[in-house]
Amino acid sequence: MICLRSLPLVPHELKSPLSFRTRAQQQQQHSHPFSQTLRSHTVPHKTLTGGGTATTTVANVGLCEHNDLNAAEEEEPLPSELSEELMPNHVAVIMDGNGRWAKQRGLPVSAGHLAGARSLRELVEICCKWGVRVLTVFAFSYDNWIRPKVEVEFLMNLFEREIKSQMQKFVSEGIRISVIGDSSKLPESLQKLISDAEEATKDSSRFQLIVAVSYSGKNDIVQACKSLACKVKDGVVQLEDISESMVEQELETNCTEYPYPDLLIRTSGELRVSNFLLWQLAYTEFFFVKELWPDFGKAEFVVALISFQQRQRRYGARLT
Amino acid sequence: MEREREDSATKYFHVLCSYMRKFIFRILSVGTIPNHIAFIMDGNRRYAKKQSLRADDAAGHKAGFLALTSMLKYCYELGIKCVSIYPFSIDNFKRRPNEVQYVMHPTLKKIQGLLKEKSIVQKYGARVYFRGNMTLLTEPIRVAAEKAMVATTNNTGMMMPFICVAYTSTDEIVHAIQESCNNKWVGIQEANGSKAWNQEIRDEEYQMEEKAIIKLRDIEKHMYMDVAPDPDILIQTSGKHRLSNFQLWHTTYCLLCSPAVLWPEIGLRHSVRAVLDFQQHRSYLDKKKRQA
Repeated sequence: MICLRSLPLVPHELKSPLSFRTRAQQQQQHSHPFSQTLRSHTVPHKTLTGGGTATTTVANVGLCEHNDLNAAEEEEPLPSELSEELMPNHVAVIMDGNGRWAKQRGLPVSAGHLAGARSLRELVEICCKWGVRVLTVFAFSYDNWIRPKVEVEFLMNLFEREIKSQMQKFVSEGIRISVIGDSSKLPESLQKLISDAEEATKDSSRFQLIVAVSYSGKNDIVQACKSLACKVKDGVVQLEDISESMVEQELETNCTEYPYPDLLIRTSGELRVSNFLLWQLAYTEFFFVKELWPDFGKAEFVVALISFQQRQRRYGARLT
Repeated sequence: MEREREDSATKYFHVLCSYMRKFIFRILSVGTIPNHIAFIMDGNRRYAKKQSLRADDAAGHKAGFLALTSMLKYCYELGIKCVSIYPFSIDNFKRRPNEVQYVMHPTLKKIQGLLKEKSIVQKYGARVYFRGNMTLLTEPIRVAAEKAMVATTNNTGMMMPFICVAYTSTDEIVHAIQESCNNKWVGIQEANGSKAWNQEIRDEEYQMEEKAIIKLRDIEKHMYMDVAPDPDILIQTSGKHRLSNFQLWHTTYCLLCSPAVLWPEIGLRHSVRAVLDFQQHRSYLDKKKRQA
């Protein structure tokens, strides 16, 4: 697992040409493509706050991260409240609240990002074990570049460290890493690291982690438009043939078989999309939670999944 | 005489409610009032079933229309400039033919009713916009909609209702992409048609090539909803938390509200709550819009 605070965009030529499901195909798939054997024991979930009132220091954050990594390596059975067949194929998360979490504890913002990284690692583990195929996380928006330089540099360094430390685990656990967003502003060392990580994991098929870094939903659509315009100019495509499916294939989420999130979770109580996956979220079920991202754990994810599984998805039609 | 007393009491009650409502709106107006509220009117059919109304869906849609007129009234009194509603999506054509007909037929009647003297549009002096892929509509509805838009062109009232019919946001974006590509293609053709060899012309060609690159604004100006400001609040009833392919591009930083009532049950308290939430989040939203 990696700290996915910021990732550069991988050039198109490095993305493997997957055949991906159009929206219509994803709409038809209501059951999960594969099932997991239920396990016989549970793993206690340790949260950073632990429900106590003691002040958490930066050192303790690191210690808790180490303990949780060991605990998460054990099996995680699907809770009885959840149905295996109704698990979402693709979950998207807007990881909001690291700064506020740190401020509440009198810690620097960097501590919040460290704690947020821990939450992400846990979520990746849980998604892997519970049969979610794709997890897309909004690590760093294109709008976030205006944040203080110190914070941005910290995030870039944090990500580099995490990529290096988690690379082997990704390969051994069959996790594929993909990055979407505009990488031109990222440090070159980070761009290369991400390119190497994508290349090394491109054949992994168990689970895909998509990290949106320097990403803007509007810019995603604009680049798709530019790509189609070039094809029209070159005579590859006729103008009148431009359709929704053609636009889908040009979006940055064409790196996955499941480009449309079934469920979007946003933490910290904010009720908006904030320029994340605008096209792809057309029929996504939203779930907003009050908890800040570092406090989002397995229990909160189960609540989100229960809500998702109770919803009727109609895609504009009427269920008879 | 008994009946007269009842009528007077009812009238007095409505007048009292009106004064109370205006008082509440006066308090709300101390804060920032949103420019644009969008509604996804979900739950008409379930309301009809819940109230044991007629078996068909028309009764639910009728109740939904009454709720809509109430919400438009509240928006007008509060000073909200734009309202957009989503009565019929392109996806809704997948529904049963008789249900489509139950929506289309009264829709035609309602559009024709907009032009009548006592209609809500005339009362508020509103300029009506119909937005969507109008080619998908039947001719009577398309003609009626165009007639309504022309008839209200000169209205300069406070409100501009945007009625999104045969609309999905993805269709809107595809249309904008097509128009953008077409415009740029025409520009490139014109540039290629006037080639010259001196430096001044080559510089001009470079500038024209720069202009030929599609930018965000190029797409935005071809959106169906380009005339309207981006929604500040999107209210979807029935407790549903999704955008349902409605104004995906425009709701980037929009506050999403999902009251757990069916559309015909929506009332004053829900609109007040939405505006209060908006005012609470306003400073963040303004900052994001400036950055964008």
